[in-house]
Amino acid sequence: MNEKRKIRLATCSLAGCFGCHMSLLDIDEKLFDLLGMVEFDRTPFTDIKRCGPCDIGIVEGGVSNAENVHVLKEFRKNCKVLVAIGACAITGGVPALRNNIDLWDCFQEVYLYEGGLEGNQIPNDPELPLPFDKVYPVYEVVKVDYFLPGCPPSADMIWKFLTDLIEGREPKLDYEMLRYD
Amino acid sequence: MGAPAMSKTITIDGKNVPFSDGQTIMDAALAAGVYIPHLCHNPQFEPHGSCKLCVVSVNGRNMTSCTMPAAEDMVVANNTPELNSDRKALVQMLFVEGNHICPACEASGNCQLQAAAYYLDMLSPHYTHFYQPRAVDASHPEIFLDLNRCILCELCVRASREVDGKNVFGISGRGIGTRLVVNAASGRLGDTNFAATDKAAHVCPTGAILIKRQGYRIPIGQRTFDHKNISEVQMEPDHE
Amino acid sequence: MEPHEFPQIEQQLAPVFERHGREAHWLLQILREAQEIFHFIPSAAITCIAAHLGVPRTRVEGVAGFYSFLSLKPVGEYRVLFSDNVTDQMQGNPELMRYFCHKLWLEPGKVSEDNLLSVDSTSCTGMCDQGPAALVNGWPLTNLDHERLDLIAELIRNRKPVCDWPSLLFEVKDNIRRSGILLGEPFESGTAIRATLARGSVATLMEMEASGLRGRGGAGFSVARKWSMCRVSPGEKHYIVCNADEGEPGTFKDRVLLNSYADLVCEGMTVGARIIGATKGFLYLRGEYCYLLHKLEQALAQRRVAGLLGRNILGETGFDFDIEIHLGAGAYICGEESALIESLEGKRGRPRNRPPFPVTHGYLDQPTVVDNVETLACAARIAAQGGEWFAAMGTAQSSGSKILSIAGDCARPGIYEYPFGVTLHEILDDCGAEDPYAVQVSGPSGILVSSKEFGRCISFEDLPTAGAFTVFKRGRDLLQIVQNFVHFFAHESCGFCTPCRVGTQLQKKIVDKIANGHGTAYDLEELKQLGHIMQTMSHCGLGHTAPNPVLDMLKKFPDAYQHKLKDLAFEPAFDLDGALETARNITGRDDAWAHLP
Repeated sequence: MNEKRKIRLATCSLAGCFGCHMSLLDIDEKLFDLLGMVEFDRTPFTDIKRCGPCDIGIVEGGVSNAENVHVLKEFRKNCKVLVAIGACAITGGVPALRNNIDLWDCFQEVYLYEGGLEGNQIPNDPELPLPFDKVYPVYEVVKVDYFLPGCPPSADMIWKFLTDLIEGREPKLDYEMLRYD
Repeated sequence: MGAPAMSKTITIDGKNVPFSDGQTIMDAALAAGVYIPHLCHNPQFEPHGSCKLCVVSVNGRNMTSCTMPAAEDMVVANNTPELNSDRKALVQMLFVEGNHICPACEASGNCQLQAAAYYLDMLSPHYTHFYQPRAVDASHPEIFLDLNRCILCELCVRASREVDGKNVFGISGRGIGTRLVVNAASGRLGDTNFAATDKAAHVCPTGAILIKRQGYRIPIGQRTFDHKNISEVQMEPDHE
Repeated sequence: MEPHEFPQIEQQLAPVFERHGREAHWLLQILREAQEIFHFIPSAAITCIAAHLGVPRTRVEGVAGFYSFLSLKPVGEYRVLFSDNVTDQMQGNPELMRYFCHKLWLEPGKVSEDNLLSVDSTSCTGMCDQGPAALVNGWPLTNLDHERLDLIAELIRNRKPVCDWPSLLFEVKDNIRRSGILLGEPFESGTAIRATLARGSVATLMEMEASGLRGRGGAGFSVARKWSMCRVSPGEKHYIVCNADEGEPGTFKDRVLLNSYADLVCEGMTVGARIIGATKGFLYLRGEYCYLLHKLEQALAQRRVAGLLGRNILGETGFDFDIEIHLGAGAYICGEESALIESLEGKRGRPRNRPPFPVTHGYLDQPTVVDNVETLACAARIAAQGGEWFAAMGTAQSSGSKILSIAGDCARPGIYEYPFGVTLHEILDDCGAEDPYAVQVSGPSGILVSSKEFGRCISFEDLPTAGAFTVFKRGRDLLQIVQNFVHFFAHESCGFCTPCRVGTQLQKKIVDKIANGHGTAYDLEELKQLGHIMQTMSHCGLGHTAPNPVLDMLKKFPDAYQHKLKDLAFEPAFDLDGALETARNITGRDDAWAHLP
């Protein structure tokens, strides 16, 4: 029996709300069809911690801290094709609204205001990912091969894109599917 | 003698487009139902020529169609892959210059910048973002001014000057520091005589000038550009 | 500064209003003078001036915010601006600026606490042959070194008025190394005007035609054609404008013409005025040359006394013509003729939509001729001696001579006049170029020429130039030089159109990225694409030519950048580790996880 090798697919959410992942799951019963074509590597669904060699990597969310960069670089290194999905991955999105606010002001607001957390101190444990002064889109850190805009892109859009890609066609979105919100 | 003169024509992408003296290439095109992408152009005001989306190739040379008078023997190329690719780059430039975060913007779905991007198949802003700090001014009781979204089209400047006779808006700074300013020593919109009934309050192609308390009233699916693309909308006779 | 801090503002501005009246086209001059009084332009002044001129406040604020020499924030009693031209850079100006700031406990760009002084950089001041150069309150400082800066620091600390400083600090030499038909021949005032009156305007226009004279400011448009088009254009008044904005970095030949040949230039303007029917002329003098203002006003006064300017010139009834000098205020774009006219009208220096062109609709929408300083000087010679003599020199398409302002890695920088057709080899020999590797012909907006091309010649058909000729010896970091040019364009973009306003910034970011060692092949492709957009979609010549240095370097000087590129296909757009610095400071962390490789 000659089984066709399944496409390996990895996904992650950096500074994202997982809305794009929810939208992926919104393909509902087509999930069965998808599982017939792909095998999931690292994703929130499989709970595999490290991304191995994959064909397609889908990244949700912008780059907001040092840990995001580690994950993103791992994905870029291991995935033949890297896809940035959603407004946050493509432009920074809603988290990027903090870009015009001084990082120090953000920290003060969260950790140092009166009546806040016990001790009123800024945590500095080495395990905590340090935030960048701004939130950046994924393509400013690594080369991205495809973009799937939307907030989130609809399930239909994700399905069309994935099937185009897996079946060897150049993905094309029609007008009604292309949106940034 | 009563014989009507043969109307003068130019060709746009091979199509004969009539024009009369004084009309620009854009005027003639729109009148003939030919769409040339534009952002800072609005037939109700003097043409501006800053966005450069309307650049077309006339007899092999690039020209700004909204300010270039039509003339006999002009062979215009408009809807070419190269021009559309260059126009897309201009829209991408506008996206990275300002802070255009569509998911958080009240104008999304009714925004001409966004619609132009959809029309030109922009999937990402491509260039590196500037993330410039831009002013947000909520001092006016009825109008919200968010300069993160300003594309310096000067439609509000022209409307306030030519129609409202108020000169509420102006431009200051130079280069990348160019910015919209208002006619008040305090710099605040609330200290000007701007009113929600002004023409200038309703011409902004993006979400930079918004009437307060109107955001998100129109549901997704019923907004201006949800089902019609910008070429269809901007060619409608009553389009603002 | 709140409005109430200037209760006497009307009184303080009264003398300025007295001088200029209520016409809005004096706005730039009024703002310049307001800046001199207050050391910046207070908001209260903007309100006051707007009320006085009867224009919207935004109009005044818009002009005040456009020009480099006008400031909406205090810049101190002494404003020292170091020229950042590439020749000044090669001569160590950045280090001198740091030394000066350090000496005075200042940060560049910030005003001192006592509002005594501020230090910053400025675009080329036109002193490339006697740098390192700077400006103090608009006055040119040349040949700077530590010793002079020590002296200047003392003078400032002691609050000595600039007009009382030792004149040696401000010495500006002509440095004419080679002269020809323009600079070398004696000229008697009035000869050109007399000849024009004698043979008549039409005949003189024909002499211009025969001479083949083309504009010397860079564009090279036929002078005869421009003058005849303006002459026949309908309009209430015609105007002639002398473009003395000379902002192209590396160009300083008009400075010398205005200093020592002002008479010749005015004569040319007057001849032009006669031919096009103008009764008023403007000399638009760049702000960096304001030190020449008094001398030029005197030259004009002398000509009036001699009957060469004013009413009934040389006894010819009805031949009325006079010249008004307008100062610029630090904006390269105002060298572009339509932006210059906007500036003359007291507006932001924004190039106009063309058509219509200035010859039909220029100053105040009237037919206007804008000519370069050197063009007018040539016109005077031609009017006096006829066109054939001029056409006999030069090449087939470029008649006459060209003045070059040569600087950079050469033993004898200065002014050289050559007939068109001279080769680069000859020029480099004459100026004593030391092992020349590249030449920037006509400034950053011109052409970067490699040694393989030194056989080419200066002419409109081969290597056109407005005059700038900057020599770079072997060993110079060409990438750094191109970086200097790219920064210049980003700074000087007027900001009107998308491709230039944003494109010049993007270009700067990428060139910086490459210069900092983070460039990749991907970035080179990006530069080419950006270059294409700017060249094809920009509103004016600045945008069209801003990519030139980059594209020239990519094509002709691979050695300049290839070694700096990383082997990778892609590098992040920003410094990853640097972007964590703020958070490191806030949390006080410096462990391994607080850094990114």
